[in-house]
Amino acid sequence: MSGSTTQTTTTPTAPSAAGSAVPTDLQDERLRQGTGLKGALSTFVGNLRQGELGILPIILGLVVIALVLQALNPIFLAAPNLVNLLLESAAVGTIALGIICVLLVAQIDLSVGSVSGLSAAIVAVLFVERGLPLGIAIAGCLLTGVVIGGLYGLAFNRVGVPSFVVSVAGLLGFLGLQVYLLQPQGSINLPFDSPLVYFAQQAFVPPLLSYVLVAALAAGLFLTGLANARRRRAAGLSAGSLTSLALRSLALLVGVGLFVAYLNTARGVGWMFVFFVGLVLGLHYMLTRTKWGRSVFAVGGNVEAARRAGINVRWIYTSTFMLCSTFAAMGGILQTARLAAANNSTGGGDVNLNAIAAAVIGGTSLFGGRGTAFAALVGILVIQTISNGLTLLNLDSSFRFMVTGAVLLLAVALDSVARRSRTSSGRG
Amino acid sequence: MTMTDAPAPSPTSSTREVLSLRGITKSFGAVAALSGIDLDVLPGEVVAVVGDNGAGKSTLVKVLAGVHRADSGTITFEGREVTIATPADAQHLGIATVYQDLALCENLTVVENLFLGQEKGRMRLDEVAMEVRAWELVRQLSAKIPTVRIPVAALSGGQRQTVAIARSLLGDPKVIILDEPTAALGVAQTAEVLNLVERLRESGHGVIMISHNMEDVRAVADRVVVLRLGRNNGVFAVKDVTSEEIIAAITGATDNVVTKRSAARASRAADGAPVEVAAAPATTDAVGGATR
Repeated sequence: MSGSTTQTTTTPTAPSAAGSAVPTDLQDERLRQGTGLKGALSTFVGNLRQGELGILPIILGLVVIALVLQALNPIFLAAPNLVNLLLESAAVGTIALGIICVLLVAQIDLSVGSVSGLSAAIVAVLFVERGLPLGIAIAGCLLTGVVIGGLYGLAFNRVGVPSFVVSVAGLLGFLGLQVYLLQPQGSINLPFDSPLVYFAQQAFVPPLLSYVLVAALAAGLFLTGLANARRRRAAGLSAGSLTSLALRSLALLVGVGLFVAYLNTARGVGWMFVFFVGLVLGLHYMLTRTKWGRSVFAVGGNVEAARRAGINVRWIYTSTFMLCSTFAAMGGILQTARLAAANNSTGGGDVNLNAIAAAVIGGTSLFGGRGTAFAALVGILVIQTISNGLTLLNLDSSFRFMVTGAVLLLAVALDSVARRSRTSSGRG
Repeated sequence: MTMTDAPAPSPTSSTREVLSLRGITKSFGAVAALSGIDLDVLPGEVVAVVGDNGAGKSTLVKVLAGVHRADSGTITFEGREVTIATPADAQHLGIATVYQDLALCENLTVVENLFLGQEKGRMRLDEVAMEVRAWELVRQLSAKIPTVRIPVAALSGGQRQTVAIARSLLGDPKVIILDEPTAALGVAQTAEVLNLVERLRESGHGVIMISHNMEDVRAVADRVVVLRLGRNNGVFAVKDVTSEEIIAAITGATDNVVTKRSAARASRAADGAPVEVAAAPATTDAVGGATR
């Protein structure tokens, strides 16, 4: 028996890559993959069946919530309200971007609210009380964020304190520091004519430029897709259908274009929201196209494997903590700018949990290794839609909390069901 | 019946060995995990390292992989004496290790796992180049992986082992260490992995295979090195040895197997008749246990 095992099982003749018209990656006969538009569609449906829901269910959920709220109060979908809603999303959405980073390495940072509050206090103290240039005040805030994240990384890597505990300590400590800095009044107002407040409240993209930006976005999607397809074909690999790429780009162009046109009937798209979208795209690039991003997913998936692959696991943890605190600091600046004031309650209340809920609702796994930067965008839109809609209905924060809680539970339940169908179809 | 005397270098010319260990000793506190281990690997040869639990197999792997540093003894790689202080040293030399738990990230795809930690393009990953190279490796191993763009979670145990072995080939190593490559695999998947090991041999790699499974050892290995309680307890050419004899050496049923076999060879040379040496009756239980 011993010798026969290897002799009888003959090597299957691998289809030769040279000379065959089939791309290298599609030669396995077991691979079911249609070509062209039809293939792209069937792959998409197959993915849905296997629990690779991606961001689709939450976008559907967002549409349903919006339609319900619109039915209850016709002001909801009015352009001025939507303009406002987007502006309100930017600050906490930015904080949620940082949460995504730490969730991807299966850690958590519960102090983002306090850090954003501290950052608000610092920008107010430096800019208003000390009269330093705005740039220096902002740089000071961001540096504070980096240092805080670095300290968390140090405590986590060297001392071995769980990130949960470190960040709860940070939550208390930095809240105290924020209150201390804002003494004695407990509040510092930013002058309305400062560029920061102008940026958050009055700065809107001129209509023409807004269309140019949308067109650039769609063209960017199309051209990078085209270049990628060309490179893959040249290397003998399969490339997705061009029609599907063109259709997706066109859908982006028309969909976002119409939405922007609608917003332009009111004040238009706020620069602060554009800034937030820019951060989302930037983080998306970092997570999917760089060695660092790959390492983040690896650490979240299997730390030991990442370590053995030669990844500097400690640095990956530290860098995600740093990024999280820095995004929190940035979110704090945006909140201050939006309110034109920093006070003891900036970053308090539901900011912390809304940021985490946004990341999770957007589809970031709490167990690491799964999620995208777009989760922050979609998640915060859901939360802000609920908050905004219920406020329009004259329902106070008690209802807002309850509904947001229910939606969070729903999103996590949906994710769990998706995970189960992923497991059963072997996509773990 | 041929055999090599354990403490002496193998009979083949010593310049050919790609890797050769002499007198490797490693202690953890008062416990001597390895004492005076010798091991030779030729290019295009599969050397099985077998032994009971606690025999020192894992420690030996870790010494070679650079996880532990030997207390004394010499390691010669391609004719040069080297020190392996870190895993990076081992990789640099061309010694690749595939651990038993494979160390794959289930949430990442095959390509992503293959290039983990050595991606092409730091700030702009070159996905196309990586995928092309991944397909080369898959074809080189004639591996049965339908697509390299699915998460490892979707692969079978044998396919995962293939991915892990393919990853070890990325750095173009001379020696590949496989730690229990067929443990926890089904019959068909085991055969698949054994095919893979043979393909590694055909391509001129030196393979060190740690295994508990006598059938697998006999199926692919050229030589078997037996460790017992941290010492060499015999080196056998697979084609001339029975499972019982190996197991006897593993369990220590024939405590001084080396001298015993030498004596047997001497007597065979004297009267020209084949001789059975191993204490077969004493090892029946052990056979059942070890080949389970």
